[in-house]
Parts: sequence; C-alpha cells; structure tokens
Amino acid sequence: MLLDIVFNGFNGLIVGSFYALMAIGLSLILGLNGVINFAHGGFMALAAYFAFTLVPYVGFWGALVIAPILAGGVGFIVEKLIIQRLYTRDPLYSLLATFGLALIIQDMLRTIWGAQGLPLAIPDFLNQPVSNTYFFVTGYRLFVVALAIISTAGLFAILRYTRLGVRIRAGNADLETIAALGVNIYLLRSANFVLGIMFAGLAGILAAGQLGLTPTMGDQLIMPAFVAIVVGGVGSLLGSLLGGLIIGVASGITTAFYPAGSEVVIYIIMGVMLVARPRGLLGQEGLLE
Amino acid sequence: MSEISLPREAGAAPKRDMRQLYMLAGMAILLLLVPFWIPLVGGYTDLASRVLIYALAAMGLNLLLGFTGGLSFGHAAYFGLGAYGTGLMLDYVTSSTLLAMLVGVLTGGLAALLLGPLAVRRRGIYFSMITIAIGQMFYFIAVRWNSLTGGEDGLTGYARQPIFGIPLGSVQFYYLVLIFFALGAWVLWTILDSPLGHTFVAIRENQKRLTFLGIRVDRYIALSFAISGVICALAGSLNSLLDNFVSPDDLKYTLSGNFLIIAVLGGMRNFWGPLVGAIIFVLVQNYVSAVTQNWMTVLGLIFVLSVMFFPLGVLGFFRRRSKA
Repeated sequence: MLLDIVFNGFNGLIVGSFYALMAIGLSLILGLNGVINFAHGGFMALAAYFAFTLVPYVGFWGALVIAPILAGGVGFIVEKLIIQRLYTRDPLYSLLATFGLALIIQDMLRTIWGAQGLPLAIPDFLNQPVSNTYFFVTGYRLFVVALAIISTAGLFAILRYTRLGVRIRAGNADLETIAALGVNIYLLRSANFVLGIMFAGLAGILAAGQLGLTPTMGDQLIMPAFVAIVVGGVGSLLGSLLGGLIIGVASGITTAFYPAGSEVVIYIIMGVMLVARPRGLLGQEGLLE
Repeated sequence: MSEISLPREAGAAPKRDMRQLYMLAGMAILLLLVPFWIPLVGGYTDLASRVLIYALAAMGLNLLLGFTGGLSFGHAAYFGLGAYGTGLMLDYVTSSTLLAMLVGVLTGGLAALLLGPLAVRRRGIYFSMITIAIGQMFYFIAVRWNSLTGGEDGLTGYARQPIFGIPLGSVQFYYLVLIFFALGAWVLWTILDSPLGHTFVAIRENQKRLTFLGIRVDRYIALSFAISGVICALAGSLNSLLDNFVSPDDLKYTLSGNFLIIAVLGGMRNFWGPLVGAIIFVLVQNYVSAVTQNWMTVLGLIFVLSVMFFPLGVLGFFRRRSKA
C-alpha cells in the first residue's frame, strides 16, 4: 500500500510538473500583461504539433528547442494584433478574446493535423525503465521533472540577472513608473507574453512525449494550472510552481485511494485555501484586484 | 460612463417611457407569435426556445456582469446544476415537470448562494479564475459520478411530462419557456428598478465609495451572484426539458464563455442586450455548423472581432449611433 502511494505520488509529481510549467507561463502573462490567457492550452498544443512535424527533420532535441520558439513567434503576432489593443480595457475583453483564440487554435489544429491522437517519438534511451526494483519508472519521467526544474531555474535566472528580467519585475511592481523612466512597455509586454508562451510550448512537448497529441490536450492542463495559480498565490511565480506540484501530488495520491476523486480533489484544495488563506501560499495581498 | 440603461432611469422623460413601452409591446407580440412566423423564415420552434433559454441565462449572468461588475466565468455550473437537478428528478423521483423544475432551480440557486461568498473573497481577474475553477469542479463531479449522471455520455432516459394534462409538444413547450422567460425578465427588471438594483450598479461604478458609506459590498455582490445563479439554473432546467437530455458540457466553462459572449455581443449595459446576443449566437451556431466543419473558428472569430470592434455590443453600438 505504501509503495502504491509513493508510486502514485511520483506520477503526480510528473503531472504536477506539467501543471507547474503551464501555471508559471500563465502567471507570467497574468502579472505583467494583466491577461488571463485562455489560449495558453492552445499554444501549448500548437508547440507540441510543431514538434511532431519537426522531429523527422531535426530530431527530438532540435524540436524541443525550435518548437517553443515557433509557438512563441505565433504568440508574438497574436499579442501584436489582438491582445495589445485590449490592455487599456476591462479584463473581460482580453479574457473573451483569448477564449475565442483558444477555439480558433483548437479548430486549426484539428483541421491541419486531424482529430485523432498522434504519438510524439522520443529518444529510445529515455524510454528505458530506470528502475524495476520497487516500481516502474522510465527515464522519460525523470527527464520531465529534471527539465521542468532546469527551465524554471533558467527563468528565475533571467528574471534575476538580465535587463529584460529586471524590467519585467519592475513592470509587475509599477508599470507606469517604468514607462515614465523610458522603458518601452509595449515591447516589454510582448516579450513577456512570448516568454510565457514558450513555457507553455515546453510543457506541451513534454506532455506530448508522455500522453500523445490531441487538439484538446491543452484543455486538460489549463484548469489545473488556474487552480495552481490560485493555490500558490497570484503574483508569485514560485507560488505557481509550488501550487502546481502540490495539486499534482495530491491528485496522484488520491488516485491510489479513490480514482474517481483525482480531479475533484484539486478544486477542494483550492476551496480550502480560499477559506483559510485567500491570498494563496505566497501571494501578495490585493494584487490585480 | 453613462451607458447605463436601467428600466426607469432618474430624470428620464415620460416620452422615452412611452417609447420603451411601445418597444416592449412590439417585442412581446413578436415573441408570442413565434410559432406562426418562424417556419416562414426557415426556422423552427425549438430554435426559438433555445434562443430564449440562452437569453435568460445570459440576462441572469448579466445582472452580475453588466450591472454589478462581477466577471464570473463559471455560471454554466448553475445552469448545469439546474439541468441535472431537473433531469434527475424526472428520471428517478417524480413525473411532475414543474416539481422537477423547482428542484432544479433550487439546486442551482443553493449552490450559487453557498459558493458566492467564497468567490467574492477576491475581486477582478482573481474572481474570474475562482468562479471558473468552482464551475469546473461540478463538471468533474458530473463526469465521474457515472452511476448517477451517466458520466461523459450525459443524462438520458427521461422526457418532459404533460403539465395540467397539457402535453408539451414543441409549440406548447415554447410557450412554457416564454412564460418563464417573462417571469425571469420581470424579476430582474424589478430588482434593477429597486434600491437593491441601484446598489448593485453603484458597486459597479465605485466600489470604494460604497465601502466608505458603510455598505457591505461583499454581501451585495454575493447576493447578485446568488440571484443570477438562480436565473441561470432556471434556464438550465428549461434546457434539460428542451433536449430531454443533459450533457456534462452544460456545466463546462466553455458554456460560461458562451453566456458571456452572448451578453457582450448584445450589449451588457442594456437590459435586453443578452436577448439580441442570444439570437445572433444561436443562429450562427446553428447555421454555420451546417455549412462548414470549422464552425469553432467562426465562433472564435466572433469572440475576437466583437471584443475588438463592438465592445458595447449591438445595442450599445446603435444607441451610441442614435445619440451621436
């Protein structure tokens, strides 16, 4: 029984890594752009399909690098054409616009690549089981967790040490002031949006390697990512990371006891959090309200 | 911002009151005669029922969205709970359509009453995220509780029963929907015309000021949330009777998004805006899906374009024109 719990908990950690990567990208965009990006799941699937098409030409590793960049490019165009025009309006409008975008992207994916599921080929050595002693773990699963950690650490390094990162953080604190200081906030928000989309793309490719590709694959991950942000606290990337991992593990462990409850449990965690600590684990009081 | 068009605005000239009355009478006649003229324009009565049901749900949502300023992205949950409540009653408990409806409305309303206070702990975008997540919880419960709800396949095996011995064919059912639509609209109108409604609008316009005046803003938003939840549950209950079927998609956030776009498309600052939005939405959904497989793209484009170019909706657009 204990083994069962550990095994499901570890599985939950992997799913939680997907949630966390999604939540970090969403949280990044939510913070500086003030937009709940409903199309995040769509962009995630888009990157995964790009990777699927690229793998025969550049291999898995090449696709892992290029596909998120391509998705980021699409994100750049979308931000320029649509989302940038909505910054000065009520959040309702950007919410509905990205919701519409999600529909369009999903429909395009279905039209181009078909509605049936497709497999994403991953390198053989990652498919080898690492351990059979206690429970079955493939190298790919360890790889997912490792890459999630590395990319998150990379993002934190960007935010901490590069000029772009410093400006993003400053913009989160006070956008008007940095605009007055001469920062091009339109460009900054574009860059930030693209960064968030690239994170979604990475999550998409990793998820596709394990679960396969479908046009609706983003749908299953975007809601838990919202919950991860609420649990972790709006305005804190670290909170989103923690939130994603916590609900992932909680959902995994619940699977061991009561499989039907594995999805509902994350919403219960959110409810408890809202009652006990409305600003979330690491959130700031009164942000974005 | 003086786009508010409350039922009876302070200082409104009596002349305008008369014009409103004529418009209302005209609308009532059109709606009453739907079964007679709709086949002539190539429609069918059930389509009109669907328009009224979606309009009712969006008008309920609009009490919170357009008049109180709370951006809920989870009102499909209360619509769906109303639908499941009604369907399950007819399936397992009773053969009285009205009793089943009552239970459905109470189920959805109670959920909104209990969960509203939880959601209003946060405002703005945060509020939207919480409402959507709460809604999705019900979706997963419905999908997973297979033995009761039929899971992903939805709830079937019941049919709407005659009321007072009158069998509910397509036309009779349309009139039932119309009665409840009128009832719901009357309730919303009366609320908006009362001090309570003015408090809602004041919260939308300046929340801080109301807090300083000693008004418990949280409670009022929660109340608006609950009332709009009840109206959505009523619409959901009617929807389950129209289809004799409840799908878990009736609870899903995509439907919440549809209700929002119906309100925005028609004009969320106008009382009748959602009705106009619902007409456009249902027609597009119905006819475009018959023409092309890519109807989702068309729907998505409607979202994006209406948000970018018609933020005040169709009614808001024309109102502004006529003022200019």
